[in-house]
Amino acid sequence: MARSDAGPRWSDHAVDQFIGRVLQVGVMLSAAVVIVGAVMLLAVDAGEPADFAVFMGQPDELRSVQGILGGVLDLNPRAILQLGLVLLVATPVARVALTFVAFVIQRDRLYTAMTGVVLALLLYGLIWGRA
Amino acid sequence: MTLAVFTLLVAMGSFAAGLLGALTGLGGGIIVVPMLTLLFGVDLRYAVGASLVSIIATSSGAAAAYVREGFTNVRIGIFLEVGTTIGALVGAAVSGLIPTSALAVLFGCVLLYTAYRSFQTPEDHPTDAPPHPWAVRLRLNGTYPAASGPRAYTVHGVPGGLGIMFLAGILSALLGIGSGVVKVLAMDRMMKLPFKVSTTTSNFMIGVTAAASAGVYLHRGYVDPVIAFPVMLGVLGGALVGARILAVVKARPLRLVFLAVVIVMAAQMLYRGFTGGL
Repeated sequence: MARSDAGPRWSDHAVDQFIGRVLQVGVMLSAAVVIVGAVMLLAVDAGEPADFAVFMGQPDELRSVQGILGGVLDLNPRAILQLGLVLLVATPVARVALTFVAFVIQRDRLYTAMTGVVLALLLYGLIWGRA
Repeated sequence: MTLAVFTLLVAMGSFAAGLLGALTGLGGGIIVVPMLTLLFGVDLRYAVGASLVSIIATSSGAAAAYVREGFTNVRIGIFLEVGTTIGALVGAAVSGLIPTSALAVLFGCVLLYTAYRSFQTPEDHPTDAPPHPWAVRLRLNGTYPAASGPRAYTVHGVPGGLGIMFLAGILSALLGIGSGVVKVLAMDRMMKLPFKVSTTTSNFMIGVTAAASAGVYLHRGYVDPVIAFPVMLGVLGGALVGARILAVVKARPLRLVFLAVVIVMAAQMLYRGFTGGL
């Protein structure tokens, strides 16, 4: 992300490469967790009827990070699936956070402020969940 | 339908959506919600939640490659993300207040617009006009790789572009789509960026935009993991395979297939919206 004369450790290219890697690892990790949850779910519920025509919302356990982690410890397949999906949603948030750090190190105030605003909005949505 | 059959069929449909999206460059996310609601009878809110999550997977996967190639203008992406994330949170806040029939009509219109845009051939708009003052202040002007070496471009219409991005964020949250078509409109038409820079920077921003509203929807119970997982794995698999075979398949017939699907779904969404059947 660097567009200033930062040292070679934090060159544009190195930062972009690193962030690209984080995105790929995040997606692959989340897909792996989702596959584990999917196998566990289908092992028990494959023959259940699938009807999603009426919106009932998800139980509280699947709506917050704390609830999901609790369900994962109980080996609830739906909670494991949801954990994989939360990891996926967190991947672009991690990208913004890393970009923010890169701009802080480069003392680029304008872009530090901009990435800071985006990061705050994302964390607000993900943690408090009110818009 | 049992859960096993539902999972298999949704995964197959999502795989096709991801594949077509990657091969045509039009984004497969736009047909996921109509597929879930029209073909599988899934409630619109669940469909939007599942679609948003799957969009993040493809955007994050592809963005890494584009950033490496040097087409993505990271500064423009970050600047415009301020607009799309605020728009996404506004969209998520008002989505519960809008009747589903109105959302279906809006969806139909966006699908028709996507079909219309896909008829037009992309073109660059080289201009000698001086860049917008904000573009200089924010250091948005950049270069992209061309056959003859890096080619410089200037950025125009910055406030207008930011405004359209705010709208793109609202649409993304309301309909569970990447709004790539609207994002490209802002960057291509308003800000006069080269076409390849517009499309790759749009993709770079889509994951962040979707993450903003996906977080809110997760708390509101719109994300049902049982619906979302086959969509996410299917779209991601389709996009990965699509990227691999991109060089060896003919895009034109696929574009026509995609276009036909989009137009049929647009008609269905409009019909259901006006008759209140969704």
